[in-house]
Amino acid sequence: MSWLTQIGAVTLLNLRTLPQRAGSSAVAIVGIAGVVVVFVAVLSMAEGLITAMASAGSPDRAIVMRSGSDDEMTSVIPGPEVDVVRQAPGILHEGTRALASGELYVIVDLPKRSTMTPANVPLRGVEPITPRVRIDARIVEGRMLQFGTNEIVAGRAATRQFAGLSLGSQITSGQNVWVVVGIFESGGSVSETELWADARVLQGAYRRSNSYQSVLVRLESAQSFQAFKDWLTTNPQLNVSVRPETEYYQAQTVTLTNLIRTIGFSIAALMGIGAVFGAILTMYTAVATRTREIATLRALGFNTVSVIVSVLAESLGLAALGGAIGGLVAFVGFNGFQTSTMNWQTFSQVAFAFTVTPFLLAQGLFYALAMGLIGGLMPAIKAARLPISSALREL
Amino acid sequence: MKFLPLVWKSLWRRKIRTIFTLLSIFVAFLLFGLLMTIRTAFTLGVDIAGNDRLMVINKVSLIMPLPSSYQRELQAVPGVEVVTHNTWFGGVYQDPANFFATIPLEPERYFSIYPEMKLPPEEMKAWLADRQGAVAGRDLANRFGWKVGDRIPMQGTIFRTKSGSSTWEFNLVGIYDGDPGVDKTSFFFRYDYFDEARQIGQGTVGWYIVKIADASRAKEMATTFDKMFANSTAETSTTTEKGFIDGFAKQVGDIGSIMIAILSAVLFTILLVVGNTMAQAVRERTSELAVLKTLGFSDVRVLTLVLAESFFIALVGGGAGLFVSWLLVQTGDPTGGLLPAFELTSRDLIVGIGLMAMVGLLAGLFPSVGAMRIRITDALRKA
Repeated sequence: MSWLTQIGAVTLLNLRTLPQRAGSSAVAIVGIAGVVVVFVAVLSMAEGLITAMASAGSPDRAIVMRSGSDDEMTSVIPGPEVDVVRQAPGILHEGTRALASGELYVIVDLPKRSTMTPANVPLRGVEPITPRVRIDARIVEGRMLQFGTNEIVAGRAATRQFAGLSLGSQITSGQNVWVVVGIFESGGSVSETELWADARVLQGAYRRSNSYQSVLVRLESAQSFQAFKDWLTTNPQLNVSVRPETEYYQAQTVTLTNLIRTIGFSIAALMGIGAVFGAILTMYTAVATRTREIATLRALGFNTVSVIVSVLAESLGLAALGGAIGGLVAFVGFNGFQTSTMNWQTFSQVAFAFTVTPFLLAQGLFYALAMGLIGGLMPAIKAARLPISSALREL
Repeated sequence: MKFLPLVWKSLWRRKIRTIFTLLSIFVAFLLFGLLMTIRTAFTLGVDIAGNDRLMVINKVSLIMPLPSSYQRELQAVPGVEVVTHNTWFGGVYQDPANFFATIPLEPERYFSIYPEMKLPPEEMKAWLADRQGAVAGRDLANRFGWKVGDRIPMQGTIFRTKSGSSTWEFNLVGIYDGDPGVDKTSFFFRYDYFDEARQIGQGTVGWYIVKIADASRAKEMATTFDKMFANSTAETSTTTEKGFIDGFAKQVGDIGSIMIAILSAVLFTILLVVGNTMAQAVRERTSELAVLKTLGFSDVRVLTLVLAESFFIALVGGGAGLFVSWLLVQTGDPTGGLLPAFELTSRDLIVGIGLMAMVGLLAGLFPSVGAMRIRITDALRKA
């Protein structure tokens, strides 16, 4: 008999007898599935956060803030400086209008739906030109706000995460009353967590006089960024810094996603060690219950390699099953699950959805197989080393 | 009595199996200890926040300031002991990634409201004598190797000095300490210096902290305060400090439930592993147990024998895991002082021990009942 057929025959025999060991096999499967669920679920949070932040930025847009400010929250740009920025070269024009939007970024307290405790919801002051700059945002319910009034439009994710944002409802915040007249979407990006109001009205409500916090511009192309930047930074009238919008949002996710990933990987690693022990136990049990069978095979002339492979195949098979179940549970249970957390850079809420990507599932499955391999190794060697004569005598 | 040696012998009947079961329980409780520590870190020390301290913030949002004139009005309310205020400065030291809280405040009043924060009296005296003086928490000072006497430059992201510079310089005059669980990562400097030197926002503060005489009247006092400033240009919203911190932690997300979900998955798996081991152990020893019964062991005694084994595995493996996680936590915060609290609370330790007992009981329950029900004749015939 050739080696390969030997291996095949023994492995097949092994797998056929698997149902007899259903109880202990289930332990290994559930253990590995549990690790994969946690692994995929935690990392899908980081993935979702990155997706929400990354899709908010567009390479042909740039954000201007006060020099030294790393986020909109702490930045201040006086009104006259915003008017100077509008004259910079490299900005796309529609007719005579420069596509540059002077914006405010403040916070309003609204109850979070899940806990009904107050949350810092970002409120953005926008201008009539803003929809032409933020072209990915579109009104899906109601209408755009009327400038010069206390009307606001709310992002789709904000309406899901915070209470009291349905169409037509009023929000009282201190002495300001805002009326929700529309709901917008922007492809699930972070701006969907925001509320938009007229910047001029907001300046009054938050006592900001004639000042803004950032200017978002649409560039003629991504290549015009350098010229735009050089003009701004060498202009003595201005004290601003500028960066591509994609870079701005990316920088905001780094801390949080690194934290989630570190925690996720560490938990998964530790749990993985536990699951490997579980798998080792299962496989030892499997080998122990089959002692006579294995010894008989060896006595019939089957070589040790085929025995090792058959045990490893069993443990890998159990691991693959566990990994698949774990991935499936994570996908069904978490993919698309909406939640929100605090963006530490701006102290404001950011809503996102858990995103289980195919790559994450593949990683989970790979991890499961690695656990199965390690778990099966020692028992496989033990099986191969069974002294035939004494093993046959065992009951 | 030879009972305990008997348990010991049966445990080591299959050495490898017992060792791996112990190890998987060890890992599970190591995880338990670490996850509980993370949970405590993220709830920002809610447990030590006081109910006799009220936070008065601007009703619109925390980022909106309040007039400093409110201090006198609040102080005049009967039942108020001390009123002081904080302002968010948003300072950056060297690199924006070095995040920590920077807050201008009134040194004496603030430290009198927070007796759990300890600043040596001579350092407080030095602070009061130096307008540019500042104090840092022990963890923060260790993180950057600061010593008393150092000059510390800070970039103001929100406030600039009157000369238009964004650089603020402070003299470190003291380092405050505190009980475990107290945030020792903040940087405090004098409000009077700050208010005089800043370009914008003079005469305003971020929020007030009010110490009241009677914690049971917190709700009523909060309503009184908010009524006082209703219909003014800066209306207020008052909560207890505990409620405020709790709410802040909830904004980060429900870390608590996530941790508990993960731990349930872990413990369930461990229960299966130990339960399976015990079941296997009993199945293998059916004839042995029958012999014991023949020798006159009562049913209860056999039940106890098996349960004792499963308790032993759970308590030894789990205890070692919990102990190692406690040791790891003692070595300190791996982020180098980014987390305000990094400790394994005694409450969590007790919960952990309770869980071990539970795992021991549940895992041993069915196998031990099975062992108790063994009928001598059947069992001996099988062998």
